[in-house]
Amino acid sequence: MKKLVAILLAALCLLTLAACSGKEEAKNDTAADVKGEGVMTYAEYAAAALDSEVVVETYVQAKQSWWDNKATFYTQDKDGGYFIYEMACTEDEYAKLVPGTKIKVTGFKSEWAGEVEITDAKYEIEEGNYVAPATDVTDKLGTDALVDFQNRFVSFKGMTVEAYDESGAAFAYKNDVDKTDDLYFKVSKDGKTYDFCVEFYLTGADTPVYQAVEGLKVGDVIDMEGFLYWYEGANPHITSVAVSK
Amino acid sequence: MKRFARVLAGLLSAAFFLPLTGCHGSRGLPAFEVPESFDDKKQYELTFWAKNDTNKIQTAVYTDAIEAFEKLYPNIHVNIRLYTDYGRIYNDVITNISTATTPNVCITYPDHIATYITGQNVVAPLDGLFADPRFGFGGSELRYDGPDADEMIGKFLDECAIGGVHYAIPFMRSTEACYVNVTMLESMGYDLPDVLTWDFVWEVSDKAAEKDADGVYAVNGQKTMIPFIYKSTDNMMIQQLAQRGAGYSTAEGEVLLFTEGKEGAESVLRDVASHTETGAFSTFKISSYPGNFLNAGQCLFAVDSTAGATWMGSHAPNSDISPDKFVEFETAVRPVPQIDPDHPVMISQGPSVCVFNKMDPGEVLASWLFAQYLLTSAVQLQYAETEGYIPVTAKAQNDPAYRDYLSRSGEDDGDHYRVKIEATELLLDHIGDTFVTPVFNGSASLRDAAGQLVENTAKSVRRKENVDGAYFEKLYDDVVSLYRLDQLGRNGAGGGEADGPLPGTAVALLVGIASVWVLMGAYLLTEYLRKRIRSSGTAK
Repeated sequence: MKKLVAILLAALCLLTLAACSGKEEAKNDTAADVKGEGVMTYAEYAAAALDSEVVVETYVQAKQSWWDNKATFYTQDKDGGYFIYEMACTEDEYAKLVPGTKIKVTGFKSEWAGEVEITDAKYEIEEGNYVAPATDVTDKLGTDALVDFQNRFVSFKGMTVEAYDESGAAFAYKNDVDKTDDLYFKVSKDGKTYDFCVEFYLTGADTPVYQAVEGLKVGDVIDMEGFLYWYEGANPHITSVAVSK
Repeated sequence: MKRFARVLAGLLSAAFFLPLTGCHGSRGLPAFEVPESFDDKKQYELTFWAKNDTNKIQTAVYTDAIEAFEKLYPNIHVNIRLYTDYGRIYNDVITNISTATTPNVCITYPDHIATYITGQNVVAPLDGLFADPRFGFGGSELRYDGPDADEMIGKFLDECAIGGVHYAIPFMRSTEACYVNVTMLESMGYDLPDVLTWDFVWEVSDKAAEKDADGVYAVNGQKTMIPFIYKSTDNMMIQQLAQRGAGYSTAEGEVLLFTEGKEGAESVLRDVASHTETGAFSTFKISSYPGNFLNAGQCLFAVDSTAGATWMGSHAPNSDISPDKFVEFETAVRPVPQIDPDHPVMISQGPSVCVFNKMDPGEVLASWLFAQYLLTSAVQLQYAETEGYIPVTAKAQNDPAYRDYLSRSGEDDGDHYRVKIEATELLLDHIGDTFVTPVFNGSASLRDAAGQLVENTAKSVRRKENVDGAYFEKLYDDVVSLYRLDQLGRNGAGGGEADGPLPGTAVALLVGIASVWVLMGAYLLTEYLRKRIRSSGTAK
């Protein structure tokens, strides 16, 4: 009898461990995307009318937040980016949706303050894995062509940190008392200045990028990577910063 | 960038369903009683959870107030934690109730307090403190010049009572305003009335939504135009129901939102549907901040809080759009659209302050001293002037410095920004026309549900769904289910409502634990019986 109890307890421990894990191996698919039946290509998605139903196959690139069985994702296929806002998703499922995971998403194409996104979406996990490399869009800044890269993982090279405001600081906290919100900073290139953001829900105060921006000085020349989010114009959510000069 | 505040609307509703484990079955704190005296030798470390409107001046008002207060009471130290959203404060308070780590003082809404007080003695009732001759309003032992009891605006103080007991003090009050692009309105051949009616707003908005074959709107020559945008659709529904004399809820928590038929919510939703279809109407959640569209000449009627006035107008000191997108126009501030313009009805809203109960009554008294300090005219005026808020005491409202501030409307686009001061005066002129909704455990969810009806209807029209009577029936069912409104009052607490099915792993875990306990019990029983049989055999 004692043995039986011991075996059951051990089995219970294994069950508990299994419930807590969810790690999967990542293998990057190198072949071109072949869309399943009824699935839009990126070009078809881009051409779809706002508020119409869309079906896409895409790959999780980063997760922004989960709450109340809804989660927000930066995703991308090999042709373009898709921001998926508050998709129905349990916390357990959220844990499984690691970068690279292929998902088929059905939702509605929406636009909020210029950001084109998929809302009221549901999804299913599919076979496949892809993590997008950063596309250098430095020379697209300030041009109409930049919006074509909306929601994609991008990089900016050789940008100069400018004073954020009249105080002369290199960045500003949205909440400077206890640092529980976004960071904002401005960088310039060829005489034009652009707004950048460290989105707290994506990369909080304990992340290297948040701390790197806190360490910036006006005049630093930096390279950055991040997701090309849009809010009343380009508003990249930066995920890494490196001082190059 | 303020966008992901949208997430917090979800937090707010979800937090309502978090189990208040500290509230049920646990012993809770002893009831608070006002101590005999204040021990100024004892050190008190207080936490104050505050909210600002992404406005650094408001942050400075709080920190200045703390610094000044600590000089008066050197044995009280106040640590501030800042939030930019009431929903997150609510969520964190709920979480901290269960671990007995609530803050001492907290900016909040009475709707939220109704949930907090379902826990035993979680929030300190303030009536005893109000009336205390030493530490109450105008108390003899206060080290600052606070308001007397009769200098508190009674209507605002009443909003902080639940079941006849005051659990908060008002801090600031605001209402909603309709910010109007008068230049555009007049270019369409209309004159701006003193009080807008819904009929007028819908008629003009439909006309402003007309565009040519290339998608260019006649009214602004742009390809973007949303004539009427509403920020808080819960207020849109609630105020219209009040204006129509239709039910929303009873004071006891009976939900009337869905039961008034075509005279109630459905009439509001049918208007929303028909004017969404013409392209005349949208909401913050669907499109973006009303002020962004207004300031870019892409909106005619923008409804937002008077506490958002510094973001409204072509000279707005705060903005999320780039300077090159601004267009020049005249901005007017009007009450929200009305059913009966002779009898305007509008919501009263704004932050209140509650004090959490603690084991040490002295700590609660120290908290009250700080909370009451926020009612001093210096703090009231500084904070009110950051936005279109009004002070909550007659003492502050009648302060010569405040009257001077109001009289200087339009002198500059900073401290005396005309739109901000007109928004302030709108509420000062209409305090008697304001109302609040009944507060009960679950009223925060009902409010969310009211807004969800409008949001879903507008979204469905945009998505070409058939919006008819059957649609509304299903919508009501869905929203009742989403916000668990059919369970209000069943459990008597904010938490504890049905939480849905457990995940499979959790079920397996619980079954496993139960099985092990059963087997352990069986083992012990078997051993016991064996021993008894053995011992009885030996005895024989």
